[in-house]
Amino acid sequence: MKIIEVENLVKKFGSFVANDHLTFSVDEGEIYGFLGANGAGKTTAMKILCGLSSPTSGKVMVAGYDVYHQTEMIKKRIGYMSQRFSLFEDLSVWENFQFFGGIYGLSPAKIRERTTELLGRLGLESEKKQILGSLPLGWKQKLAFSVAIIHRPSIVFLDEPTGGVDPITRRQFWEIIYETASQGITVFVTTHYMDEAEYCRRVSIMADGKIVALDTPANLKTKYNAANIEGVFLKIARN
Amino acid sequence: MPANISINASNITKRYGDKTALDDISFDVAKGELFGFIGPDGAGKTTLFRLITSLLIPDKGSLTVEGLDTVKDYIKLRKILGYMPGRFSLYQDLTVEENLKFFAGIFKTTPEANYELVKDIYSQIEPFKNRKAGKLSGGMKQKLALSCALIHKPEVLVLDEPTTGVDAVSRIEFWEMLGRLRRSGITIVVSTPYMDEASRCDRVALIQNGKIMSIDTPDSIQNNYSRGLWAVKSDDTYRLLTDLRQFKSTRTAFPFGEHIHLSLKDELIKPAEIVSYLESTGHSNIHISKIEPTIEDCFMEMMGAESNMSATSQK
Repeated sequence: MKIIEVENLVKKFGSFVANDHLTFSVDEGEIYGFLGANGAGKTTAMKILCGLSSPTSGKVMVAGYDVYHQTEMIKKRIGYMSQRFSLFEDLSVWENFQFFGGIYGLSPAKIRERTTELLGRLGLESEKKQILGSLPLGWKQKLAFSVAIIHRPSIVFLDEPTGGVDPITRRQFWEIIYETASQGITVFVTTHYMDEAEYCRRVSIMADGKIVALDTPANLKTKYNAANIEGVFLKIARN
Repeated sequence: MPANISINASNITKRYGDKTALDDISFDVAKGELFGFIGPDGAGKTTLFRLITSLLIPDKGSLTVEGLDTVKDYIKLRKILGYMPGRFSLYQDLTVEENLKFFAGIFKTTPEANYELVKDIYSQIEPFKNRKAGKLSGGMKQKLALSCALIHKPEVLVLDEPTTGVDAVSRIEFWEMLGRLRRSGITIVVSTPYMDEASRCDRVALIQNGKIMSIDTPDSIQNNYSRGLWAVKSDDTYRLLTDLRQFKSTRTAFPFGEHIHLSLKDELIKPAEIVSYLESTGHSNIHISKIEPTIEDCFMEMMGAESNMSATSQK
Protein backbone atom coordinates (compact mmCIF):
# COMPACT_ATOMS: atom_id res chain seq x y z
CA MET A 1 0.00 0.00 0.00
CA LYS A 2 1.17 3.54 -0.78
CA ILE A 3 1.36 5.71 2.33
CA ILE A 4 2.55 8.81 0.46
CA GLU A 5 1.49 9.56 -3.11
CA VAL A 6 2.77 12.64 -4.90
CA GLU A 7 1.96 13.47 -8.51
CA ASN A 8 3.27 16.56 -10.28
CA LEU A 9 3.68 18.54 -7.09
CA VAL A 10 4.54 22.16 -7.86
CA LYS A 11 5.27 24.80 -5.21
CA LYS A 12 6.09 28.36 -6.25
CA PHE A 13 7.11 31.33 -4.13
CA GLY A 14 6.42 34.26 -6.46
CA SER A 15 8.33 33.44 -9.63
CA PHE A 16 10.66 31.00 -7.83
CA VAL A 17 9.82 27.33 -8.37
CA ALA A 18 10.89 25.49 -5.20
CA ASN A 19 9.29 22.15 -6.17
CA ASP A 20 9.08 21.50 -9.89
CA HIS A 21 6.70 18.64 -10.78
CA LEU A 22 7.71 16.12 -8.12
CA THR A 23 6.30 12.63 -8.60
CA PHE A 24 7.04 9.81 -6.17
CA SER A 25 5.38 7.44 -3.74
CA VAL A 26 6.40 5.78 -0.49
CA ASP A 27 5.27 2.28 0.52
CA GLU A 28 3.88 1.43 3.94
CA GLY A 29 6.69 0.36 6.30
CA GLU A 30 9.41 1.57 3.96
CA ILE A 31 12.50 3.54 5.04
CA TYR A 32 12.67 6.28 2.43
CA GLY A 33 15.70 8.60 2.16
CA PHE A 34 15.00 12.09 0.90
CA LEU A 35 18.33 13.55 -0.22
CA GLY A 36 19.45 16.69 -1.98
CA ALA A 37 21.85 19.61 -1.77
CA ASN A 38 21.08 22.63 0.43
CA GLY A 39 18.43 24.72 -1.31
CA ALA A 40 17.26 21.89 -3.58
CA GLY A 41 13.71 22.10 -2.19
CA LYS A 42 13.60 19.29 0.39
CA THR A 43 12.29 21.39 3.28
CA THR A 44 9.55 22.89 1.11
CA ALA A 45 8.37 19.42 0.07
CA MET A 46 8.53 18.10 3.65
CA LYS A 47 6.41 20.99 4.92
CA ILE A 48 3.77 20.15 2.32
CA LEU A 49 3.81 16.46 3.24
CA CYS A 50 3.36 17.38 6.92
CA GLY A 51 0.34 19.55 6.11
CA LEU A 52 2.10 22.80 7.05
CA SER A 53 2.10 24.34 3.58
CA SER A 54 -0.19 24.04 0.55
CA PRO A 55 1.05 23.06 -2.91
CA THR A 56 0.61 25.44 -5.83
CA SER A 57 -0.61 22.50 -7.90
CA GLY A 58 -0.45 18.72 -8.09
CA LYS A 59 -1.85 15.79 -6.16
CA VAL A 60 -0.46 14.96 -2.71
CA MET A 61 -1.96 12.24 -0.50
CA VAL A 62 -0.48 11.40 2.92
CA ALA A 63 -1.82 8.46 4.95
CA GLY A 64 -4.88 8.48 2.69
CA TYR A 65 -5.63 12.18 3.24
CA ASP A 66 -5.43 15.09 0.84
CA VAL A 67 -3.02 17.92 1.73
CA TYR A 68 -5.34 20.61 0.37
CA HIS A 69 -8.35 19.93 2.57
CA GLN A 70 -7.46 17.36 5.23
CA THR A 71 -4.31 18.75 6.87
CA GLU A 72 -5.68 18.30 10.39
CA MET A 73 -6.24 14.59 9.74
CA ILE A 74 -2.72 14.32 8.32
CA LYS A 75 -1.20 15.95 11.42
CA LYS A 76 -2.84 13.30 13.63
CA ARG A 77 -1.42 10.45 11.55
CA ILE A 78 2.20 11.64 11.31
CA GLY A 79 5.13 12.11 13.67
CA TYR A 80 7.91 14.66 13.16
CA MET A 81 11.35 15.08 14.57
CA SER A 82 14.13 17.43 13.57
CA GLN A 83 17.61 18.12 14.81
CA ARG A 84 16.58 21.60 15.93
CA PHE A 85 13.15 21.28 17.49
CA SER A 86 13.62 18.63 20.05
CA LEU A 87 11.92 18.35 23.42
CA PHE A 88 11.46 20.70 26.37
CA GLU A 89 14.83 20.94 28.08
CA ASP A 90 13.46 22.01 31.47
CA LEU A 91 10.86 19.25 31.74
CA SER A 92 11.74 15.75 32.89
CA VAL A 93 11.81 12.83 30.46
CA TRP A 94 8.47 11.60 31.79
CA GLU A 95 6.85 15.06 31.57
CA ASN A 96 7.90 15.41 27.94
CA PHE A 97 6.17 12.13 27.06
CA GLN A 98 3.05 13.19 28.99
CA PHE A 99 2.96 16.57 27.29
CA PHE A 100 3.28 15.27 23.73
CA GLY A 101 1.02 12.29 24.40
CA GLY A 102 -1.59 14.76 25.65
CA ILE A 103 -1.25 16.91 22.53
CA TYR A 104 -2.05 13.83 20.43
CA GLY A 105 -5.10 13.18 22.59
CA LEU A 106 -3.96 9.93 24.22
CA SER A 107 -5.57 8.99 27.54
CA PRO A 108 -3.37 9.16 30.67
CA ALA A 109 -3.43 5.34 30.85
CA LYS A 110 -2.30 5.02 27.22
CA ILE A 111 0.44 7.61 27.74
CA ARG A 112 1.72 5.69 30.76
CA GLU A 113 1.66 2.38 28.89
CA ARG A 114 3.43 3.70 25.78
CA THR A 115 5.99 5.75 27.72
CA THR A 116 6.94 2.68 29.75
CA GLU A 117 7.22 0.61 26.58
CA LEU A 118 9.29 3.20 24.66
CA LEU A 119 11.64 3.95 27.57
CA GLY A 120 12.06 0.23 28.10
CA ARG A 121 13.12 -0.19 24.50
CA LEU A 122 15.79 2.51 24.95
CA GLY A 123 16.89 1.12 28.31
CA LEU A 124 16.21 4.53 29.87
CA GLU A 125 13.46 3.69 32.42
CA SER A 126 15.69 4.72 35.31
CA GLU A 127 16.19 8.19 33.79
CA LYS A 128 12.50 9.06 33.57
CA LYS A 129 12.66 11.65 36.36
CA GLN A 130 15.79 13.30 34.99
CA ILE A 131 15.48 16.82 33.58
CA LEU A 132 15.93 16.46 29.84
CA GLY A 133 18.51 19.25 29.60
CA SER A 134 20.90 17.31 31.82
CA LEU A 135 21.08 14.30 29.48
CA PRO A 136 23.67 13.65 26.73
CA LEU A 137 22.69 14.77 23.24
CA GLY A 138 22.55 11.23 21.89
CA TRP A 139 19.96 10.21 24.50
CA LYS A 140 17.90 13.32 23.81
CA GLN A 141 17.78 12.47 20.13
CA LYS A 142 16.60 8.91 20.88
CA LEU A 143 13.99 10.27 23.29
CA ALA A 144 12.82 12.83 20.74
CA PHE A 145 12.33 10.01 18.26
CA SER A 146 10.33 7.97 20.78
CA VAL A 147 8.13 10.97 21.55
CA ALA A 148 7.55 11.46 17.81
CA ILE A 149 6.03 7.95 17.61
CA ILE A 150 4.13 7.90 20.93
CA HIS A 151 0.78 8.15 19.10
CA ARG A 152 1.75 5.30 16.71
CA PRO A 153 1.66 7.41 13.56
CA SER A 154 1.51 5.89 10.08
CA ILE A 155 4.60 7.85 9.06
CA VAL A 156 7.39 9.53 10.94
CA PHE A 157 9.33 12.37 9.29
CA LEU A 158 12.93 12.70 10.45
CA ASP A 159 14.75 15.85 9.39
CA GLU A 160 18.51 15.31 9.85
CA PRO A 161 17.96 13.31 13.04
CA THR A 162 21.62 12.37 13.51
CA GLY A 163 23.37 15.70 12.84
CA GLY A 164 26.29 16.18 15.21
CA VAL A 165 25.59 12.93 17.07
CA ASP A 166 28.60 10.74 17.98
CA PRO A 167 29.32 7.80 15.65
CA ILE A 168 28.20 5.03 18.01
CA THR A 169 24.92 6.74 18.96
CA ARG A 170 24.30 7.55 15.29
CA ARG A 171 24.38 3.83 14.50
CA GLN A 172 22.18 2.93 17.47
CA PHE A 173 19.72 5.53 16.24
CA TRP A 174 19.48 3.73 12.91
CA GLU A 175 18.82 0.44 14.66
CA ILE A 176 15.85 2.08 16.36
CA ILE A 177 14.69 3.31 12.93
CA TYR A 178 14.89 -0.26 11.58
CA GLU A 179 12.93 -1.61 14.53
CA THR A 180 10.26 1.05 14.06
CA ALA A 181 9.92 0.34 10.34
CA SER A 182 9.63 -3.38 11.04
CA GLN A 183 6.54 -2.57 13.14
CA GLY A 184 4.92 -1.05 10.07
CA ILE A 185 5.65 2.64 10.68
CA THR A 186 6.92 4.31 7.52
CA VAL A 187 10.11 6.33 7.96
CA PHE A 188 10.81 9.36 5.78
CA VAL A 189 14.28 10.68 6.52
CA THR A 190 16.73 13.37 5.38
CA THR A 191 20.44 13.23 6.16
CA HIS A 192 23.78 14.71 5.13
CA TYR A 193 25.58 11.49 6.08
CA MET A 194 25.80 9.59 2.82
CA ASP A 195 26.56 6.28 4.54
CA GLU A 196 23.11 6.55 6.13
CA ALA A 197 21.51 6.79 2.71
CA GLU A 198 22.61 3.16 2.24
CA TYR A 199 20.38 2.10 5.15
CA CYS A 200 17.25 3.25 3.31
CA ARG A 201 15.22 0.90 1.14
CA ARG A 202 14.95 3.58 -1.53
CA VAL A 203 16.33 7.09 -1.84
CA SER A 204 15.49 10.04 -4.01
CA ILE A 205 17.93 12.82 -4.79
CA MET A 206 16.69 16.35 -5.47
CA ALA A 207 18.48 19.09 -7.40
CA ASP A 208 17.07 22.50 -8.31
CA GLY A 209 13.53 21.64 -7.25
CA LYS A 210 13.35 18.37 -9.20
CA ILE A 211 13.78 14.73 -8.26
CA VAL A 212 16.65 13.68 -10.50
CA ALA A 213 17.13 10.13 -9.20
CA LEU A 214 14.94 7.67 -7.30
CA ASP A 215 15.77 4.01 -6.73
CA THR A 216 17.28 1.52 -4.31
CA PRO A 217 20.83 2.40 -3.23
CA ALA A 218 22.15 -0.65 -5.10
CA ASN A 219 20.48 0.32 -8.38
CA LEU A 220 21.63 3.94 -8.09
CA LYS A 221 25.22 2.83 -7.60
CA THR A 222 25.02 0.62 -10.68
CA LYS A 223 23.32 3.27 -12.78
CA TYR A 224 25.80 6.03 -11.87
CA ASN A 225 28.75 3.65 -11.76
CA ALA A 226 29.70 4.78 -8.26
CA ALA A 227 31.19 2.87 -5.31
CA ASN A 228 28.79 4.41 -2.80
CA ILE A 229 25.90 6.87 -2.51
CA GLU A 230 28.27 9.76 -1.91
CA GLY A 231 29.69 9.04 -5.37
CA VAL A 232 26.18 9.06 -6.85
CA PHE A 233 25.39 12.31 -5.04
CA LEU A 234 28.55 14.01 -6.31
CA LYS A 235 27.90 12.94 -9.89
CA ILE A 236 24.37 14.30 -9.76
CA ALA A 237 25.15 17.55 -7.95
CA ARG A 238 28.15 18.42 -10.11
CA ASN A 239 26.27 17.75 -13.30
CA MET B 1 58.59 27.53 23.28
CA PRO B 2 59.79 26.55 19.76
CA ALA B 3 59.47 29.33 17.19
CA ASN B 4 57.31 27.26 14.89
CA ILE B 5 54.46 26.92 17.41
CA SER B 6 51.36 28.99 16.66
CA ILE B 7 48.98 27.82 19.40
CA ASN B 8 50.01 26.28 22.71
CA ALA B 9 47.47 24.96 25.20
CA SER B 10 48.73 23.63 28.55
CA ASN B 11 46.39 21.82 30.92
CA ILE B 12 43.30 23.81 30.05
CA THR B 13 40.17 23.22 32.13
CA LYS B 14 36.87 25.04 31.65
CA ARG B 15 33.75 24.45 33.74
CA TYR B 16 30.22 25.77 33.56
CA GLY B 17 28.82 25.37 37.06
CA ASP B 18 29.37 21.73 37.95
CA LYS B 19 29.75 20.67 34.31
CA THR B 20 33.29 20.25 33.02
CA ALA B 21 33.34 21.29 29.37
CA LEU B 22 37.10 20.84 28.91
CA ASP B 23 39.09 18.62 31.22
CA ASP B 24 42.84 19.30 31.47
CA ILE B 25 43.65 19.35 27.77
CA SER B 26 47.00 20.19 26.18
CA PHE B 27 48.09 20.50 22.56
CA ASP B 28 50.26 22.50 20.15
CA VAL B 29 49.38 23.71 16.68
CA ALA B 30 52.35 24.45 14.40
CA LYS B 31 52.56 27.58 12.25
CA GLY B 32 50.94 27.05 8.87
CA GLU B 33 49.24 23.87 9.98
CA LEU B 34 45.68 22.89 9.06
CA PHE B 35 44.59 21.37 12.37
CA GLY B 36 41.22 19.71 12.95
CA PHE B 37 39.25 19.10 16.15
CA ILE B 38 36.95 16.20 15.41
CA GLY B 39 34.14 15.16 17.70
CA PRO B 40 30.37 15.12 18.22
CA ASP B 41 28.19 17.91 19.63
CA GLY B 42 28.89 18.47 23.30
CA ALA B 43 32.52 17.33 23.05
CA GLY B 44 33.81 20.81 23.97
CA LYS B 45 34.87 22.11 20.55
CA THR B 46 33.05 25.44 20.70
CA THR B 47 34.22 26.11 24.26
CA LEU B 48 37.80 25.47 23.17
CA PHE B 49 37.49 27.84 20.21
CA ARG B 50 36.04 30.57 22.44
CA LEU B 51 39.05 30.14 24.72
CA ILE B 52 41.47 30.35 21.78
CA THR B 53 39.76 33.52 20.54
CA SER B 54 39.86 35.14 24.04
CA LEU B 55 36.06 35.19 24.32
CA LEU B 56 36.19 32.93 27.40
CA ILE B 57 38.76 32.65 30.18
CA PRO B 58 40.01 29.21 31.23
CA ASP B 59 39.52 28.11 34.84
CA LYS B 60 42.92 26.44 34.81
CA GLY B 61 45.90 26.22 32.50
CA SER B 62 47.40 28.60 29.97
CA LEU B 63 46.77 29.27 26.34
CA THR B 64 48.90 31.29 23.93
CA VAL B 65 48.39 32.13 20.26
CA GLU B 66 51.42 33.43 18.33
CA GLY B 67 53.10 33.99 21.70
CA LEU B 68 50.21 36.12 22.99
CA ASP B 69 48.40 35.05 26.15
CA THR B 70 44.66 34.77 25.52
CA VAL B 71 43.86 36.44 28.86
CA LYS B 72 46.56 39.12 29.31
CA ASP B 73 47.22 40.01 25.67
CA TYR B 74 43.72 39.71 24.30
CA ILE B 75 43.67 43.15 22.66
CA LYS B 76 46.75 42.38 20.54
CA LEU B 77 45.57 38.83 19.96
CA ARG B 78 42.21 39.79 18.48
CA LYS B 79 43.98 41.79 15.75
CA ILE B 80 45.74 38.73 14.38
CA LEU B 81 42.80 36.32 14.64
CA GLY B 82 40.11 35.53 12.11
CA TYR B 83 37.10 33.79 13.66
CA MET B 84 34.11 32.20 12.02
CA PRO B 85 31.64 31.16 14.75
CA GLY B 86 29.37 28.16 14.36
CA ARG B 87 26.27 30.27 14.10
CA PHE B 88 26.02 32.68 11.15
CA SER B 89 26.89 36.03 12.71
CA LEU B 90 27.16 38.57 9.93
CA TYR B 91 24.75 41.46 9.57
CA GLN B 92 21.71 40.04 7.77
CA ASP B 93 20.42 43.46 6.72
CA LEU B 94 23.70 44.63 5.23
CA THR B 95 24.60 43.59 1.69
CA VAL B 96 27.41 41.17 0.88
CA GLU B 97 29.71 44.04 -0.04
CA GLU B 98 28.76 46.14 3.02
CA ASN B 99 29.54 43.23 5.35
CA LEU B 100 32.97 42.79 3.81
CA LYS B 101 33.71 46.54 4.04
CA PHE B 102 32.47 46.64 7.63
CA PHE B 103 34.72 43.81 8.79
CA ALA B 104 37.70 45.27 6.93
CA GLY B 105 36.93 48.68 8.49
CA ILE B 106 36.91 47.32 12.05
CA PHE B 107 40.47 46.19 11.48
CA LYS B 108 41.41 49.51 9.85
CA THR B 109 41.93 48.06 6.41
CA THR B 110 39.96 47.83 3.15
CA PRO B 111 38.69 44.92 1.04
CA GLU B 112 41.01 46.12 -1.76
CA ALA B 113 44.15 45.94 0.42
CA ASN B 114 43.84 42.20 1.05
CA TYR B 115 41.73 41.18 -1.92
CA GLU B 116 44.28 38.59 -3.11
CA LEU B 117 43.72 36.50 0.02
CA VAL B 118 39.93 36.29 -0.31
CA LYS B 119 39.70 36.39 -4.13
CA ASP B 120 39.30 32.63 -4.57
CA ILE B 121 36.32 32.59 -2.19
CA TYR B 122 34.79 36.04 -2.56
CA SER B 123 34.75 35.96 -6.37
CA GLN B 124 32.15 33.18 -6.13
CA ILE B 125 29.69 35.47 -4.31
CA GLU B 126 30.75 38.77 -5.89
CA PRO B 127 27.97 38.54 -8.53
CA PHE B 128 25.55 38.90 -5.58
CA LYS B 129 27.42 41.73 -3.82
CA ASN B 130 24.30 43.92 -3.64
CA ARG B 131 22.16 41.20 -2.07
CA LYS B 132 21.42 41.38 1.66
CA ALA B 133 23.36 38.75 3.60
CA GLY B 134 20.12 37.42 5.12
CA LYS B 135 18.86 36.53 1.63
CA LEU B 136 21.81 34.33 0.68
CA SER B 137 21.68 30.54 0.44
CA GLY B 138 23.49 28.52 3.12
CA GLY B 139 26.53 27.88 0.96
CA MET B 140 26.88 31.54 -0.02
CA LYS B 141 26.52 32.71 3.61
CA GLN B 142 29.33 30.40 4.53
CA LYS B 143 31.59 31.84 1.80
CA LEU B 144 30.79 35.40 2.90
CA ALA B 145 31.50 34.56 6.54
CA LEU B 146 34.85 33.06 5.56
CA SER B 147 35.68 36.14 3.44
CA CYS B 148 34.85 38.44 6.37
CA ALA B 149 37.00 36.37 8.75
CA LEU B 150 39.94 36.65 6.35
CA ILE B 151 39.72 40.21 5.12
CA HIS B 152 42.15 41.67 7.69
CA LYS B 153 44.78 39.06 6.77
CA PRO B 154 44.85 37.24 10.12
CA GLU B 155 47.78 35.03 11.13
CA VAL B 156 45.47 32.43 12.62
CA LEU B 157 42.06 31.45 11.29
CA VAL B 158 39.61 29.75 13.68
CA LEU B 159 36.60 28.04 12.05
CA ASP B 160 33.94 26.53 14.32
CA GLU B 161 32.02 23.79 12.49
CA PRO B 162 31.95 25.50 9.10
CA THR B 163 30.48 22.42 7.40
CA THR B 164 27.73 21.45 9.85
CA GLY B 165 24.37 21.17 8.12
CA VAL B 166 26.06 21.60 4.75
CA ASP B 167 25.42 19.07 1.97
CA ALA B 168 28.07 16.58 0.84
CA VAL B 169 29.05 18.50 -2.28
CA SER B 170 29.37 21.91 -0.59
CA ARG B 171 31.42 20.28 2.17
CA ILE B 172 33.94 19.00 -0.36
CA GLU B 173 34.12 22.42 -2.03
CA PHE B 174 34.67 24.10 1.34
CA TRP B 175 37.60 21.82 2.17
CA GLU B 176 39.10 22.44 -1.26
CA MET B 177 39.00 26.18 -0.47
CA LEU B 178 40.70 25.58 2.89
CA GLY B 179 43.36 23.50 1.18
CA ARG B 180 44.16 26.39 -1.19
CA LEU B 181 44.11 28.89 1.69
CA ARG B 182 46.55 26.78 3.65
CA ARG B 183 49.14 27.29 0.94
CA SER B 184 49.21 31.02 1.77
CA GLY B 185 50.88 30.06 5.06
CA ILE B 186 48.05 30.94 7.42
CA THR B 187 47.48 28.70 10.46
CA ILE B 188 44.00 27.18 10.38
CA VAL B 189 42.16 25.43 13.21
CA VAL B 190 38.81 23.95 12.30
CA SER B 191 36.27 21.81 14.12
CA THR B 192 33.84 19.31 12.65
CA PRO B 193 31.53 16.48 13.70
CA TYR B 194 32.14 14.74 10.33
CA MET B 195 34.79 12.05 10.80
CA ASP B 196 35.46 11.74 7.06
CA GLU B 197 36.81 15.30 7.00
CA ALA B 198 39.81 14.28 9.15
CA SER B 199 41.81 13.22 6.10
CA ARG B 200 41.79 16.84 4.87
CA CYS B 201 43.82 18.01 7.90
CA ASP B 202 47.57 17.89 8.56
CA ARG B 203 46.85 16.71 12.09
CA VAL B 204 43.69 16.09 14.06
CA ALA B 205 42.64 15.89 17.68
CA LEU B 206 39.81 13.46 18.36
CA ILE B 207 37.73 15.02 21.12
CA GLN B 208 34.91 13.56 23.22
CA ASN B 209 33.38 14.59 26.57
CA GLY B 210 35.88 17.40 27.11
CA LYS B 211 38.93 15.20 26.62
CA ILE B 212 41.31 14.71 23.73
CA MET B 213 41.46 10.99 22.98
CA SER B 214 44.24 11.22 20.39
CA ILE B 215 46.33 13.83 18.52
CA ASP B 216 48.17 12.78 15.39
CA THR B 217 48.21 12.81 11.61
CA PRO B 218 45.16 11.06 10.14
CA ASP B 219 47.43 8.33 8.71
CA SER B 220 49.07 7.62 12.08
CA ILE B 221 45.71 7.42 13.83
CA GLN B 222 44.59 4.86 11.27
CA ASN B 223 47.89 2.94 11.51
CA ASN B 224 47.57 2.77 15.29
CA TYR B 225 44.34 0.80 15.05
CA SER B 226 45.78 -2.41 16.37
CA ARG B 227 43.18 -4.95 15.30
CA GLY B 228 42.22 -6.66 12.12
CA LEU B 229 39.09 -5.20 10.56
CA TRP B 230 36.75 -6.88 8.09
CA ALA B 231 34.06 -5.47 5.84
CA VAL B 232 31.17 -7.90 5.46
CA LYS B 233 28.27 -7.64 3.07
CA SER B 234 25.22 -9.74 2.22
CA ASP B 235 21.79 -9.27 0.69
CA ASP B 236 20.15 -8.26 3.99
CA THR B 237 22.29 -5.69 5.82
CA TYR B 238 20.17 -5.33 8.95
CA ARG B 239 19.86 -9.08 9.55
CA LEU B 240 23.56 -9.41 8.80
CA LEU B 241 24.28 -6.97 11.64
CA THR B 242 22.12 -8.85 14.15
CA ASP B 243 23.48 -12.22 13.04
CA LEU B 244 27.11 -11.08 13.20
CA ARG B 245 26.51 -9.89 16.77
CA GLN B 246 25.42 -13.44 17.65
CA PHE B 247 28.62 -14.91 16.16
CA LYS B 248 30.77 -16.38 18.94
CA SER B 249 33.97 -14.54 17.97
CA THR B 250 32.51 -11.11 17.24
CA ARG B 251 34.03 -8.29 19.24
CA THR B 252 32.41 -5.30 17.53
CA ALA B 253 30.05 -5.04 14.57
CA PHE B 254 29.08 -1.61 13.23
CA PRO B 255 27.17 -0.70 10.08
CA PHE B 256 29.08 1.41 7.51
CA GLY B 257 26.78 2.02 4.58
CA GLU B 258 26.13 -1.28 2.83
CA HIS B 259 28.91 -3.05 4.81
CA ILE B 260 29.29 -4.16 8.39
CA HIS B 261 32.72 -3.47 9.87
CA LEU B 262 33.66 -6.42 12.02
CA SER B 263 36.43 -6.92 14.56
CA LEU B 264 37.02 -10.30 16.21
CA LYS B 265 37.95 -11.50 19.69
CA ASP B 266 40.07 -14.19 18.11
CA GLU B 267 42.20 -12.78 15.30
CA LEU B 268 43.11 -16.26 14.03
CA ILE B 269 39.63 -16.97 12.74
CA LYS B 270 39.59 -17.43 8.97
CA PRO B 271 37.13 -15.54 6.77
CA ALA B 272 35.82 -18.90 5.57
CA GLU B 273 34.55 -19.62 9.09
CA ILE B 274 32.62 -16.35 9.13
CA VAL B 275 31.19 -17.09 5.68
CA SER B 276 30.09 -20.59 6.67
CA TYR B 277 28.45 -19.23 9.85
CA LEU B 278 26.55 -16.68 7.76
CA GLU B 279 25.53 -19.33 5.22
CA SER B 280 24.19 -21.43 8.06
CA THR B 281 21.99 -18.50 9.12
CA GLY B 282 20.61 -18.17 5.59
CA HIS B 283 22.57 -15.26 4.11
CA SER B 284 23.27 -15.06 0.39
CA ASN B 285 25.76 -13.08 -1.70
CA ILE B 286 28.20 -12.89 1.18
CA HIS B 287 31.33 -10.83 0.61
CA ILE B 288 34.08 -10.43 3.16
CA SER B 289 37.35 -8.56 2.84
CA LYS B 290 40.08 -7.25 5.09
CA ILE B 291 40.10 -3.43 5.21
CA GLU B 292 42.04 -0.50 6.60
CA PRO B 293 40.11 1.32 9.34
CA THR B 294 38.59 4.75 8.70
CA ILE B 295 38.95 7.58 11.22
CA GLU B 296 35.39 6.79 12.29
CA ASP B 297 36.38 3.19 13.14
CA CYS B 298 39.28 4.56 15.20
CA PHE B 299 37.05 7.11 16.94
CA MET B 300 34.53 4.45 17.94
CA GLU B 301 37.31 2.16 19.14
CA MET B 302 38.63 4.93 21.40
CA MET B 303 35.12 5.84 22.60
CA GLY B 304 34.57 2.20 23.50
CA ALA B 305 37.84 2.06 25.40
CA GLU B 306 37.07 5.30 27.28
CA SER B 307 33.61 4.39 28.46
CA ASN B 308 34.04 0.62 28.47
CA MET B 309 30.75 0.55 26.66
CA SER B 310 29.54 -2.60 25.02
CA ALA B 311 29.23 -2.18 21.27
CA THR B 312 25.76 -3.60 21.25
CA SER B 313 24.40 -1.64 24.22
CA GLN B 314 21.31 0.33 23.41
CA LYS B 315 22.13 3.22 25.72
